[in-house]
Amino acid sequence: MDIKTPFTASSSGRSSPVSAAPVGAILIDIDHVDFYYGASQALHDINLKIEEKKVTAFIGPSGCGKSTLLRCLNRMNDLIDGTRVAKGQIKIRGIDIYDPSVDVIELRKRVGMVFQKSNPFPKSIYENITYGLRLQGRSNKSDLDAVVEKSLRGAALWDEVKDRLHTSGLGLSGGQQQRLCIARAIAVEPEVILMDEPCSALDPIATVKVEELIQELRTKFTIVIVTHNMQQAARCSDKTAFFYMGKLIEFADTRAIFMNPANAQTEAYVSGRFG
Amino acid sequence: MSALNRHILQSQPSAARRWEAAAVWLFRSATYVILLCGALVFGNIVFKGSKTVFTTTAPFINVAFLTEAPESLYVFEYQGKKREMGDREFRAFKAQHPDASNVKSESYVYSAGGIFPCIVGTVLLVVGSMFIALTLGVSAAVYLSEYATQGRVVTAIRLAILNLAGVPSIVFGLFGLGLFVIYLDWNVSLIAGWFTLALMVLPVVITASEESLKAVPKGFREGSLALGATKWQTIRKNVLPYALPGILTSSILGIARVAGETAPIMFTAAYVVRDKLPWEGLTSVSDFFFQGVMALPYHIYVVSSKIPQNEYTERVQYGTAFVFLMIVAAIATSSILLRNKLRNRYKW
Ligand SMILES: Nc1ncnc2c1ncn2[C@@H]1O[C@H](COP(=O)(O)OP(=O)(O)OP(=O)(O)O)[C@@H](O)[C@H]1O
Ligand SMILES: [Mg+2]
Repeated sequence: MDIKTPFTASSSGRSSPVSAAPVGAILIDIDHVDFYYGASQALHDINLKIEEKKVTAFIGPSGCGKSTLLRCLNRMNDLIDGTRVAKGQIKIRGIDIYDPSVDVIELRKRVGMVFQKSNPFPKSIYENITYGLRLQGRSNKSDLDAVVEKSLRGAALWDEVKDRLHTSGLGLSGGQQQRLCIARAIAVEPEVILMDEPCSALDPIATVKVEELIQELRTKFTIVIVTHNMQQAARCSDKTAFFYMGKLIEFADTRAIFMNPANAQTEAYVSGRFG
Repeated sequence: MSALNRHILQSQPSAARRWEAAAVWLFRSATYVILLCGALVFGNIVFKGSKTVFTTTAPFINVAFLTEAPESLYVFEYQGKKREMGDREFRAFKAQHPDASNVKSESYVYSAGGIFPCIVGTVLLVVGSMFIALTLGVSAAVYLSEYATQGRVVTAIRLAILNLAGVPSIVFGLFGLGLFVIYLDWNVSLIAGWFTLALMVLPVVITASEESLKAVPKGFREGSLALGATKWQTIRKNVLPYALPGILTSSILGIARVAGETAPIMFTAAYVVRDKLPWEGLTSVSDFFFQGVMALPYHIYVVSSKIPQNEYTERVQYGTAFVFLMIVAAIATSSILLRNKLRNRYKW
């Protein structure tokens, strides 16, 4: 059960993803992962391959383990005492990220995260964006200025805030705050951006803006997004994974998941009959 | 009263209403009693103390009291006039007036001159112990709430720290005497006093720091870590700055309170009287740390324990207490100003 050759489809029974899509370059290979919070198992034998420069959506009813799996990808779960990946591996570009030789700091620089509750730091917009860069020891003013502009443009926020870069990030509206967090994440130029329900606290107009932003970001980044909003998953993502009770039920092209799901539970969920 | 005029919401006397009135009356009078006690204590000190500290002629402040060392006061009759003089003045007077050399005088110890060395000593004690307590306390709080695995051991440590807050100050004084003064052979010195006072205020500092750290939202930590910060970078740049206002206010207030205690310093740091000011006659830097000082609370204690009490000793006691109150008030005010300033910088 240990290592499978990358890029081969899994053959294990129920959690086997049904995939009809042509396989792109695999960036993240989640290989038969079991995950525990202390004694309680939150993920059961998850087997999933995330393709490069695509948007992958995680959907499923509350408590099914979407956030847990997402937080495994940049090892944010390490912060919680007693958590462990008990079985299987998560490989990014072929490297097992739970291997003792892996530097978590380096991993998190490459795998950025945007949280459900937008969390701009109580510092200026400029300081928010440059936070990650300063950690890396970059302090050249013109260098930082350039990154700030690039990241804010990248997050479609530049025009709204360019005249108030040195005012607090908390003075922005909820939607702007979330885009600021996205700008902060892309400033350190990660390969992957993980988004945990990035729009759940936003109004419809701000949501549309973030969704448009995701469409732009997909050309440069690999995006994994957790969402409760079916339309959002359908609109934004290339691939969709449906989870239920800590198990991966179905993983396929988004179109396939919504148009003709292979699994009855998936069908029930996407058509709104439960969850 | 006719039944016809009554309506369904008609107010009627009842047991519940009488209890209500009685309860309000009790709470109100309790509040007033407390207010009265406070007013009496402060009023008494301010009223009697200001007579010593302020004067009726320009510059309206008793400069000598604030800038000179304590002296003995001599009271005597000379050429039919009652005179009060400090030690040095009295000797000079006797030199000038030979016929006064064996005039009958009464002397009152420390009742003339001023309390400058005590002010200096107390300020030094406060600053040093504040530095030690903040360094140790904040470090311990960061460790306990950010690094240590939460469990029985940490809970036990917290409980122990809380209990430390209930230990009487005289016990801290004896502990300081045993450990710092005798065992470590630091003698009665500033540094022994610093550590004794710091130990005493540590529970306040640690508890306040932990609370302030806890009040910083988890999102700031996660956001920082997700950008590739180490834990220490996260704490230093994105947690401690926001917790600092809370930590500083509570700690400074705690230290101001402890600085008023006599018991912890009377065996460890305080001299009854010392001619030299702390920066005089030093031969090396370490001398500075290993010298005893005079201190306001101990001075009040020393003067008050002189028997008999009279108007002359009372002057010094109340003057000293008044100055001391002012110093504590100044520390408290500055800590609140500092907090407000920091708060405005980091608000969420
Ligand atoms: N810190 C934790 N400690 C223990 N159990 C946890 C913890 N966080 C989550 N769980 C459990 O793990 C399971 C999966 O939780 P998770 O947060 O991943 O769900 P989710 O799919 O993100 O749900 P939602 O849509 O409500 O965010 C749940 O049963 C939850 O109770
Ligand atoms: Mg979740």
